Amino acid sequence: MTSSSPNIPPSHTDVLIVGAGWAGSIMAKELTEAGLSVTILERGHEHKTAVEGAYPDSIDELRGSVRKRLFQDLSRNSLTIRHTLNQTALPYRQLSAFLPGEGVGGAGLHWSGCQFRATKDDLRLRSVTIERYGHRFIPEDMHLQDYGVTYEELEPYFDKAEKIFGTSGEAHSVNKHITGKGNVFAPDRSDHFPLPPLADTFSGEKFRQACSDVGFHPYSIPAANASQPYTNPYGCQMGPCNFCGYCSGYDCYLYSKASPNVNILPALRPHPRFTLITEAQVLRINLTKDRKHATGATYIDLNTQQENTISADLVILSAFQLYNVHLMLLSGIGQPYDPAKQTGTVGRNFFYQTITSSRIWLPKNQYTNQFIGAGGAGVAIDDFNHPGFDRGPLGFIGGSPIWVNQAGIKPIAAATAGGGKNRPRWGSTYKHDMIETYKHSLSIDAHGSNMTYRDTYLDLDPTWKNVYGQPLLRMTFTWKENDIRMNRYIVEQLKPIAHAMGATRADFNMLEPGQLFDSRFYQTTHLGGGAVMGDNPQTSALNRYLQSWDVSNVFVIGSNAFPQGMGYNPTGLVAALAYWSAHHIRTRYLSSPGPLVPAL
Amino acid sequence: MTQERDDLMGRHTHRVLTDILSPRPSRRGFLQKAAALSTTILWPSSRGEAQAHTEAPYTPVFFTRDEYRLLEQACECLLPEDENGPGAQTLRVVPFIDHQMQTPYGHGARWYMHPPFQSGPPELGYQLPYSPRELYRTALHFLEHYCQKTYQKTFISLSRAQQEDILTLLEHNTLTLGDIPGVVFFEQLRSNTLEGAFSDPLYGGNHRMQGWIMLGFPGARADFMDWINQHGKAYPFGPVSIPIPHTERG
Repeated sequence: MTSSSPNIPPSHTDVLIVGAGWAGSIMAKELTEAGLSVTILERGHEHKTAVEGAYPDSIDELRGSVRKRLFQDLSRNSLTIRHTLNQTALPYRQLSAFLPGEGVGGAGLHWSGCQFRATKDDLRLRSVTIERYGHRFIPEDMHLQDYGVTYEELEPYFDKAEKIFGTSGEAHSVNKHITGKGNVFAPDRSDHFPLPPLADTFSGEKFRQACSDVGFHPYSIPAANASQPYTNPYGCQMGPCNFCGYCSGYDCYLYSKASPNVNILPALRPHPRFTLITEAQVLRINLTKDRKHATGATYIDLNTQQENTISADLVILSAFQLYNVHLMLLSGIGQPYDPAKQTGTVGRNFFYQTITSSRIWLPKNQYTNQFIGAGGAGVAIDDFNHPGFDRGPLGFIGGSPIWVNQAGIKPIAAATAGGGKNRPRWGSTYKHDMIETYKHSLSIDAHGSNMTYRDTYLDLDPTWKNVYGQPLLRMTFTWKENDIRMNRYIVEQLKPIAHAMGATRADFNMLEPGQLFDSRFYQTTHLGGGAVMGDNPQTSALNRYLQSWDVSNVFVIGSNAFPQGMGYNPTGLVAALAYWSAHHIRTRYLSSPGPLVPAL
Repeated sequence: MTQERDDLMGRHTHRVLTDILSPRPSRRGFLQKAAALSTTILWPSSRGEAQAHTEAPYTPVFFTRDEYRLLEQACECLLPEDENGPGAQTLRVVPFIDHQMQTPYGHGARWYMHPPFQSGPPELGYQLPYSPRELYRTALHFLEHYCQKTYQKTFISLSRAQQEDILTLLEHNTLTLGDIPGVVFFEQLRSNTLEGAFSDPLYGGNHRMQGWIMLGFPGARADFMDWINQHGKAYPFGPVSIPIPHTERG
């Protein structure tokens, strides 16, 4: 592909970007608009929705979510995982618990489309926790931090991201006026969503009604799945979603799900100052001897196996959370985190998402048609996620939306899940249970936050290497008591909702005390932290503009910048942070390159 | 027959490897097609010819005859024919698995397979040095060995109840197959069986879409604009499958 591409690698570019996902595409668009030459190096293949996403070949569960067509090829690079500091980490040999993307669009091509803003408290979690409950409320080993940016500062960028993504949703409060039936706990907005909310599936409608009956406050999940035809400010077009159910793990054949491929790259590709080079695995960011300035990047052209170096004035890492941290460690950007000495910041504060899915069964005259759905379609409540929810008596930090998000369950996934907890997994009883479950059940998720701790972090593995001879990234992570307690409390709150929905049977699934992170089963791909933003270079790798404290011409964009997790999905905040960072590069950095915040 | 089947799978493998290179309709044509979708009927009549190829008994390519017969019975235990609908044999699950062993997946092509291989807690995931092909070959060898040692019979000579007992031991990880924990092989076999029963017939299983019919899954229709919410009514239309493109038909 690349050899016939007109995108000839330049020897120098103003801006070099690693990774063509959401963050890389947003930064490339913003910085070409600023008059700069921009080159993206993408490790994977070109992905064009018109080609690979075309009907009917893309409507293929085996090739899609089962054989993982759009996901990372682990044979070239992976990571190792361990639970505790004294354990030997072992390689993540098969994609299972989380599914990083690969190729143009990155994880933004195969995501579902749930597109949230952060709550005000998510961004100031340390400060608000101390204000409300005092220092002692924070567990001793928890690294609770503020982002260094507020909701009010980010609001214009959330708004911009929603207009680019064509987000469907319903507001509650716009410019201090109560306007609709949106999330009553959501902070004020400067504008409405660009599109009205998606319709409720039968399961969503039942959940909405039941939540209201119980006294909770249901709202439509903000979805980057277009409820109507839409043209975004870049002139990129989306078609209306028909609930085909092939969002998560797929490239949307109707151009209804927002992706870099549909919503940004069509406007960027023709730009004369833009170059996209695929099958280009970046090996390292090159630094000056004092490690204070990046000079460009060295990558391997996967078609020729030749190493090539491009020089650049500004370097943007946007290679997915894990690989941003990996590249920083491999390149020597900043100081690696040491959990024993509590020094260094790169790799510090790794976190995940505490999602558990419960299931309820409805009477047999009610069919949930679970194959119908859209990735961001659904109804949620924030009654246990919003800032005013009092955690004090409960003794945990964090929270969780609860939702019915019928995204389209395909038959291999349904058969694999089977008939529910503690039911036979094969044989005639299994078959019967599995068919009944597919026809008459629905799932309700507790999609909760996950805090960061002294010993949840990323560093380089001492043993295993990738095909380029570099050490793999090593993840040290397991579930902690605060987050398990939070999850268990939230799942208890599902019970009255399930009852009000008329459930004939229910499996309430929650984390068990002491439960270890299990890499064999899919959780989410919502990994975060490891190169976090903040106000203090002792505890954050990046300043509040996502600029490296140590190498000021490197910006690192992604969920790596979140100091700890939130109850929501990360993409909405990643996109807003990208636009926020790009704005400050355009308006302040370019005229006077250097640190945008003086180090303390 | 074998040649025809090879051609069918050869075409498919070719598609997987080259599909980003193959010419596709323009976006304009695509949008017109998408607009027309709700009225376009995609019944699999165009695939009749390909399906006719598979009416004759299947000759395995990767598995030996003995391995194949063992798998036929083991898969039928996992997914038996009963009042709920067809089982693994009718759905052609084992031909599907045999096909899969010949794809990059069968070779573990996208797994991280770098040494050293070291065992650890189960929560840290698969740590064996075996691709799916090697896993089947090794596990089936030790499974026959276990049957001989315990019953002095081959797996396929055992009663159904005895076969189910063995699968239960594997599921509960109380039987080890060489260096393969029983549960690892059990989960591999269960996953591949369910894939064979419920994937698009393009891959040789889910014969005549009977797996989908049993589940009430409408296949590749992928347009539910009128069915987003019909207040709990069952979706009324049967399944459709992905046609093999004209250019790739024999």
